[in-house]
Amino acid sequence: MEIKGEIYRVAGPVVTITGIKPKMYDVVKVGHEGLMGEVIKIEGDKATVQVYEDTSGIRPGEPVENTGMSLSVELGPGLLESIYDGIQRPLKVLQEKMGDFIQRGVTANGLDREKKWDFKPTVAKGDKVRGGEVIGLVQETENIQHKIMVPPNISGTVAEIKSGKFTVDETVCVLTDGTELQMMQKWPVRLPRPVFKKLLPKTPLITGQRILDGLFPVAKGGTAAIPGPFGSGKTVTQQQLAKWSDTDIVVYIGCGERGNEMADVLNEFPELQDPKTGRPLMERTVLIANTSNMPVAAREASVYTGITIAEYYRDMGYDVSLMADSTSRWAEAMREISSRLEEMPGEEGYPAYLSARLSEFYERAGYVKSLAGVNGSITVIGAVSPPGGDFSEPVTQNTLRIVKVFWALDAKLAQRRHFPSINWLTSYSLYTNSLAEWFSENVAPDWTDLRDNAMDLLQRESELQEIVQLVGSDALPEDQQLVLEICRMIREYFLQQNAYHPVDTYCSFDKQYKLLKAISKYSDMATTALESGVPMKEILALESKDELAKVKYEENFDKALDEVLKKMDSEFAKLGGN
Amino acid sequence: MTKEYKTIVEISGPLIFLEKTEPVGYGELVNINLPDGSTKRGQVLDTSADIVAVQVFEGTGGLNEESGVVFTGETIKLPVSKDMLGRILSGSGEPLDGGPRIVPEDRIDVNGAAMNPYSRMPPEDFIQTGISTIDGTNTLVRGQKLPIFSGSGLPHNEIALQIARQAKVPGSEEAFAVVFAAMGITNEEAQYFMEDFEKTGALERAVVFLNLADDPAVERLITPRMALTAAEYLAYQHDMHVLVILTDITNYCEALRQMGAAREEVPGRRGYPGYMYTDLASLYERAGVIKGRKGSVTQFSILTMPGDDITHPIPDLSGYITEGQIVVSRELHRKGIYPPINVLPSLSRLMNSGIGSGKTREDHKAVSDQMYAAYAEGRDLRGLVAIVGKEALSERDQKILEFADLFEDRFVRQGRNEDRSIEDTLNIAWSILAELPEALLTRIDNKFIVKYHPAYKKNN
Repeated sequence: MEIKGEIYRVAGPVVTITGIKPKMYDVVKVGHEGLMGEVIKIEGDKATVQVYEDTSGIRPGEPVENTGMSLSVELGPGLLESIYDGIQRPLKVLQEKMGDFIQRGVTANGLDREKKWDFKPTVAKGDKVRGGEVIGLVQETENIQHKIMVPPNISGTVAEIKSGKFTVDETVCVLTDGTELQMMQKWPVRLPRPVFKKLLPKTPLITGQRILDGLFPVAKGGTAAIPGPFGSGKTVTQQQLAKWSDTDIVVYIGCGERGNEMADVLNEFPELQDPKTGRPLMERTVLIANTSNMPVAAREASVYTGITIAEYYRDMGYDVSLMADSTSRWAEAMREISSRLEEMPGEEGYPAYLSARLSEFYERAGYVKSLAGVNGSITVIGAVSPPGGDFSEPVTQNTLRIVKVFWALDAKLAQRRHFPSINWLTSYSLYTNSLAEWFSENVAPDWTDLRDNAMDLLQRESELQEIVQLVGSDALPEDQQLVLEICRMIREYFLQQNAYHPVDTYCSFDKQYKLLKAISKYSDMATTALESGVPMKEILALESKDELAKVKYEENFDKALDEVLKKMDSEFAKLGGN
Repeated sequence: MTKEYKTIVEISGPLIFLEKTEPVGYGELVNINLPDGSTKRGQVLDTSADIVAVQVFEGTGGLNEESGVVFTGETIKLPVSKDMLGRILSGSGEPLDGGPRIVPEDRIDVNGAAMNPYSRMPPEDFIQTGISTIDGTNTLVRGQKLPIFSGSGLPHNEIALQIARQAKVPGSEEAFAVVFAAMGITNEEAQYFMEDFEKTGALERAVVFLNLADDPAVERLITPRMALTAAEYLAYQHDMHVLVILTDITNYCEALRQMGAAREEVPGRRGYPGYMYTDLASLYERAGVIKGRKGSVTQFSILTMPGDDITHPIPDLSGYITEGQIVVSRELHRKGIYPPINVLPSLSRLMNSGIGSGKTREDHKAVSDQMYAAYAEGRDLRGLVAIVGKEALSERDQKILEFADLFEDRFVRQGRNEDRSIEDTLNIAWSILAELPEALLTRIDNKFIVKYHPAYKKNN
């Protein structure tokens, strides 16, 4: 027998209820329509609920029902290729049930209950299984093998194990104590899934974006933030990462962002190919779309829904990357709910627990040994949208205190169509040292030197630019003019990358290295030539230098680069000095 | 029989508080009968078993504890019909033109519902506005929301009108239906719009909602929702392509702040409520195209930036929701350039999906990027010239400096009635790019240079 309570007060998404005694974060169904909500405050006989749907027309006195469960997601085969709203309702099912506009009071299961999956057991009767251990396999998509695990808090001895085609809620395994296990398990979103041990990240996340991989790499299992004012290319960068990162699984959370942009993602991802496998990218992707006009409480939950799904795949031993666009909208949702609760505000109206929530979230990233004994990782990349592009605001500042990589987007660069408009002077990565070993083994022994040298030159450029602003570039000594030219080459040939160009949109490490090496070669030869008295003008006029600008767009990059380098050799030979 | 309550216990600003009511729904529409026989309307903001708070749209002047309050039992709905075209309505949907009341085909909740992202069609139909700085460098597409960020005293109204007059999809004869919502603008400004609509015959295919500066501020919160509801109805029920002009978003936000203060809410940045982002999103996001339906809603809002400050919360939050912005510049306006659109901070996020071969022209993106890069550099050089003089510049830099002037004079500047086709716009672009040395055109593929550069055309 369920105990029913009733509504006492309605003020927007915040509803006060009486008559039941829920636990904190219990999910309750509010009103005749059964709108989903979550208990966020308990005071005497009253409890405050944040409701995930529009509350217009809801009256005091309507019934309330407690489900007794906290907000959970369904985990099991069928997550991949799904498109969910903030509380794991599949948008496709919502469309079938209620048309093109999202109405309220509709429930939909996160996982399809009809579909049968081919379950292959990996344990036998009499085996002892612990929480997190794999009991069977399901081929979820062409390239992803879904590992069915014992829920973390359960262990025992297998009494019966089945094989064959089952739906997610049919029992596939029974333990001797009578516990029945299905392919699907539920997990409360606000609670991190346990791991055996957290490890130190040692390999980079390869993104195919030169400025990210080359200058400011993030490790697999690391955390990165992309703050930037509007129009500076946050979303394009996030989408590039979702498309090209060399992870097994991508979870993309569109949190409080534009509907048309989400539509674009939903349209484009199924058509894009995974560069590694040649399969549609969608087959390794879970999308969560909660646009800015969808209910604010569901926006708050969307980030947790996403990271819980990411943790589930990590536990199977996969490398997962999670993009959250944008964490500022998430923070604003917290602020909005907090102000409706009449809580004492902290900085700029944000709740005082903003910092704690942000760090709890980013701390769920990491490179771990899972309970199943395999290594997996979650890399979290959060976009931040600081008001007015002001990085001193609370969300940016609190994020920077936690994350290890900072990709600072710059509106000035975007205005001059320098994309990706990541500022090379203010950005940083704290992983460059721990990844140095990987780079020298897998890219080239001199990679770190090349990179440091480029960074050094760019730093010098910014100093020289200040002088140029005062006296003009012609007044500089020739060797400094050469530095400016080399830096222009680094910026335009190497850092600029066209996300919309079929070839340039992804750049392998090999190509990145060769490109940077070629610029460095020109730099060295030009310096030698200059020292032996060749006039600056002639060095700058080399055709091979201008041709180097376009090799990155060539399908046959190696061949094009070879030709340019040969030409460079012969042109410098003509000038003499080398 | 609906009950009338005479249980007002407090009146504060635009809010009234009642007690001892039957359960009242959140967001319900309320009729208030004043002692002098007049009526006002309001909406429930907070409802509990003990007390109900109502915001009164027409202001609380004349209200007292004797006033009777009737709860209608439903949320605010707009009666809609295809006959709305050609009508002028008040900010809360009552006829102002002396015509009959709208005979409704349907009554729709003005708050609308969020479009399922899965049902959305990514916008990609190029809209030609006839204005080079928009078509050429910040292209508008059908289903986009692109506001004009302007300042007081700048010709944003003229630009909006020029767009309303000229906007079309090349190759399609169909004109846009216009839904115009005035929020807190002056009577004079409203007349200016009305006159132009009448003169050009646009009024026949327009629905106008007027909330003027002396109308109650709280009504402003409903006006844009009425307008968008009408627009959605025409677009999705009657397959029309609708252009919605909302002016002025700043007045709307001021009204939002006023309401927040009256409700004694914890204020956010600069006193604006913390939920302003969500609230603005519930307006802006009501633009788009739905898979399988013919109509579309395109939004063109006007927003005057207080103190020309683009980091002010109103333009800032808007910029994070809308798909770009057209920035009107005081500097260009002072130079006598019309339309004074500064392309550098302007942006259209959906441009790339609306241009290119088959839509505009294959060289469009490259030409636009090249002009942006050169103009940005040219403007920087102007600062340098002020310090070191033109002579200190290299030959290359002088060319770029000249380009910036040409760009403003030939590409940006155009007549108030000049309707440039996209071909014209791109040809003007090439004519000024041709003044730069060819080696500087690094953003443009060689094949386009050979095909479109005027120097090669003469030889052909």
